[in-house]
Amino acid sequence: MALTNETIKERLSQKFGEQVSNFEEPYGMLTFESPKDMNLKVLQFLFNDEELRFQFLTDLTAVHYPDKIGRELAVVYHLHNLVDNIRIRFKVFTDINTPDVFTATQLYSSANWMERETYDFYGVNFVGHPNLKRILNVDEMDYFPMLKQYPLEDQTRIDKDDAMFGR
Amino acid sequence: MSEILHPKEKHIKLPEGSVEKQTTTLNLGPTHPATHGVFQNILEMDGERIVSAEQTVGYIHRAFEKLAERRPLYQITTLTDRLNYCSSPINNMGWHLTCEKLLGVKTPKRVDYLRVIIMELSRISDHLICNSVVGVDSGAFTGFLYVMQYRELIYEIYEEVCGSRLTTNMGRIGGFERNFTNAAFEKLEKFLKEYPAVLKEFENLFTRNRIFMERTIGAGPISAERALNYGFTGPNLRAAGVDYDVRVHTPYSSYEDFEFEIPVGQTGDCYDRFLVRNQEMWQSLRIINDAYKKVQEFKGADADIYHADAPEYYLPSKKDVYTKMEALIWHFKIVMGETEIPPGEVYQSVEGGNGELGFYLISDGGRTPYRLHFRRPCFVYYQAYSELTKGAMLSDAVIVMSSLNLIAGEMDA
Repeated sequence: MALTNETIKERLSQKFGEQVSNFEEPYGMLTFESPKDMNLKVLQFLFNDEELRFQFLTDLTAVHYPDKIGRELAVVYHLHNLVDNIRIRFKVFTDINTPDVFTATQLYSSANWMERETYDFYGVNFVGHPNLKRILNVDEMDYFPMLKQYPLEDQTRIDKDDAMFGR
Repeated sequence: MSEILHPKEKHIKLPEGSVEKQTTTLNLGPTHPATHGVFQNILEMDGERIVSAEQTVGYIHRAFEKLAERRPLYQITTLTDRLNYCSSPINNMGWHLTCEKLLGVKTPKRVDYLRVIIMELSRISDHLICNSVVGVDSGAFTGFLYVMQYRELIYEIYEEVCGSRLTTNMGRIGGFERNFTNAAFEKLEKFLKEYPAVLKEFENLFTRNRIFMERTIGAGPISAERALNYGFTGPNLRAAGVDYDVRVHTPYSSYEDFEFEIPVGQTGDCYDRFLVRNQEMWQSLRIINDAYKKVQEFKGADADIYHADAPEYYLPSKKDVYTKMEALIWHFKIVMGETEIPPGEVYQSVEGGNGELGFYLISDGGRTPYRLHFRRPCFVYYQAYSELTKGAMLSDAVIVMSSLNLIAGEMDA
């Protein structure tokens, strides 16, 4: 029996009740969220449950919503069940002052660098990560560049004398 | 003079404890010719055996995700070119497919087939580079020079279709910027006619070559479970024995209309990866042949369709811009980036040259994406490198790197 979005939703609600919420299906992909201290339990359940078997971590990233007070950062997991060929999206929201989220490296080795990248750009502190340091940016950087409060350089600025680059 | 020949001890700055430890630290990269890209491997060597490897990436990070947050959709295509620059049309098409999914644009069948032709051509050029570079790293330079001529022919086809060769910026949301010319089809026919013999000869040079087999069999193997856990996709995963292919599992651009096989390996070592890539080139040729036949079936007015009917996103022709009011308005709005995109959240993936290339796009209804994330296959699987090379010889380190098909541009975004 092929796995459907409804079955996944049912299984999750059975196991976690109110803890998993905000079920949506944008463009056919089941999306839901859980409190941030539950993320590892939910991922573990999705990984180990013999019906669900979401054992492939496709993507892990974060999104910054500066206007949502108390849930500024969203960590987004894209999981894939390769047997039934179905994908889901799982979100965890955290506030920006204590951005502590449990690491998924114990379940998925691929999460290692993806979490480092997420830390590098958003400052999400993955608790328990074996080697949480910057990966794409320089080590000396003291801010998290993908946060919305850092705008790109204004392309019309004229105070910069940069003759070598033709500006 | 004697100072230089016999430097005093104070000039030599050895790291703390480096004399006492029994291993040697070796820097492979970041600008070593054998890395074929800008990334670094710090190898801990015991004699010629690798004890551990630590990878450093990010030397050419260009902040594409940040840049994308201020660009209208059509300007992001040029960013995707520069991810995997060995097969940039696949990235372009993947991005257009993502936009089309978000905007709800339905492309005509002819556009799909033309896209399939281009995507499979770029897969061939990607695999060709990877496989011939594996050859170079094992000491066989001839194959590399020999197949380069046919990559050139593929680039000439790109040139006929979009005007550029490496960073193609090919296509628009909804289709192509112009129809394929006859010259493009002639070159495609030439390619389809001549390439099989070349690929056969390329295989003859390598597949049963004793030296090549000795160098690649057993080098950098990975089991299917570990490969899945490490997020391997594409030929590297298939070489480990998992038949996962995005073209089959979530068909896009009418791939479901084609019949082809997914080659799989067993051990996931360099030799299997090489064989899988070679087989995939044959399958790609088969798909291109089928797609070309299907394209030829469109006659009359149907043969002139090369884009979807989506005036809000597809740039109108110059003739219309000068003569029609509506076209002028659309032209202005598109070029100035003043088209509002519907809010939504989309994940779309395509089978790129080296794995599942995903685009995760969040729009809040503004003119630019709110967030765009690229799922870059080689960034994900490069982290397995230290596990792949543990206990291997130094020369294996190089060959494992090239057979993983690591593209620095894609890794660093």
